[in-house]
Amino acid sequence: MTKIHVSATVNGEAVEFLADPRESLLDCLRDHLGLTGSKEGCGTGDCGACSVQVDGTLVCSCLVLGAEAQGKQIQTVEGLAQGSALHPLQRKFIEHAALQCGFCTPGILVAAKALLEQNPDPTDEEVRFWLAGNLCRCTGYDKIVRAVQDAAAEMREAV
Amino acid sequence: MNFHRPPTFADASRIAAAASGLTRFLAGGTDVLVQLRAGMVTPEDLIDVKQIPGVFDVVRTADGGWRIGVAVSGMDLRRHEDLRAEWPGVVEGMNLVGSTQVQGRATLVGNLCNGSPAADSVPGLVAAGAMVEVTNAAGVRVVPVETIPAGPGKTTLQKGDVISAVILPPRGEKGGDAYLRFIPRTEMDIAVVGCAVSLTVEADVIRAARVALGAVAPTVLLVEEAAAAIIGTTLDDAALAALGKAAEGAAKPITDRRGTKEFRIELAGVLARRAAKIAYDRAKGTAK
Repeated sequence: MTKIHVSATVNGEAVEFLADPRESLLDCLRDHLGLTGSKEGCGTGDCGACSVQVDGTLVCSCLVLGAEAQGKQIQTVEGLAQGSALHPLQRKFIEHAALQCGFCTPGILVAAKALLEQNPDPTDEEVRFWLAGNLCRCTGYDKIVRAVQDAAAEMREAV
Repeated sequence: MNFHRPPTFADASRIAAAASGLTRFLAGGTDVLVQLRAGMVTPEDLIDVKQIPGVFDVVRTADGGWRIGVAVSGMDLRRHEDLRAEWPGVVEGMNLVGSTQVQGRATLVGNLCNGSPAADSVPGLVAAGAMVEVTNAAGVRVVPVETIPAGPGKTTLQKGDVISAVILPPRGEKGGDAYLRFIPRTEMDIAVVGCAVSLTVEADVIRAARVALGAVAPTVLLVEEAAAAIIGTTLDDAALAALGKAAEGAAKPITDRRGTKEFRIELAGVLARRAAKIAYDRAKGTAK
């Protein structure tokens, strides 16, 4: 099997890896680049635990081939915090206890960040519809929505 | 598995035509990657069409219609205000496919070629009178969308055929379309029945109409009797009743875990009436 050489930018840093053509971007992030924040819940695009942004667009990294990342800008949950300073979404998730087991959290943080980039002041309904592809079996979602709204309010004030 | 990134559709077609084993074309990948992972499909050759110029573009055609590239995602369609203003039914159908994440990648052509009778974007395209451009070694042909599906998971495309664009006709003055589906929850589900209606009006009278039903037969159906029931009317109660009856009569569904045959037949009539009302209001410019 010929491997494919891929050059991309992940969280602002240039990276290179060799991908088997069948490998997903999620596998490449986790196994070749050691970025294990993105999780595999289902592997079929249903759960959203592997959510990343590719050139700014929110996608399931399990539904993207590693080879397709050539030349792309990829943002993962590892890129949210600035050094030791957590992103407002990360802080608010902790404050509101918007997670229990935490497996879905990286995907939800990335998805929520993508939402707030294009809609800084969403309604609860907009948050819920946007995050419908991120499954959480622990929280019942309510605390997640509140955390996203609180983070959004703080981010609006900071601008 | 060989991974190809051809620079033109002619090259993509050549690779597929020369392949000895199974091939798959890759655009959004939201079906292909799931099939790969499940082991349902193990293609010898995977042909990524996203390096081909124009595949991400939505452009106005010379006659006033639209040419939509094969890698244009549901999210791209939603953000294209002019297209959405003219063909809201086409766009709302596509936007019902999957989650936000899936919308970031999933395409009209992928939804069409996956061959699901319940594909949410296909009734809207059929009602719109959309065409697809197919490239192969013989050249390029343009065929109606409804000629592509052949049954669940099957298309009429032959080895070496690759769809190279979706073409929407000019909307013209006073046209409107709509797509509705029934699912037992609010989102992220597969249609129990779907229905799209596209029509044009002149002085409030329907001059032309097309009605398409999804998930009530092995392929999406273009229902000419349903269109005939409303053409020449102002969509009054009698016309709506005739439309519903025609839609029920055309529906040939199966009973499965999503719904019974009887329920689906009734839904076909209900959704046809509701979608027609929305399309009619949109055509007149009185939609809420």
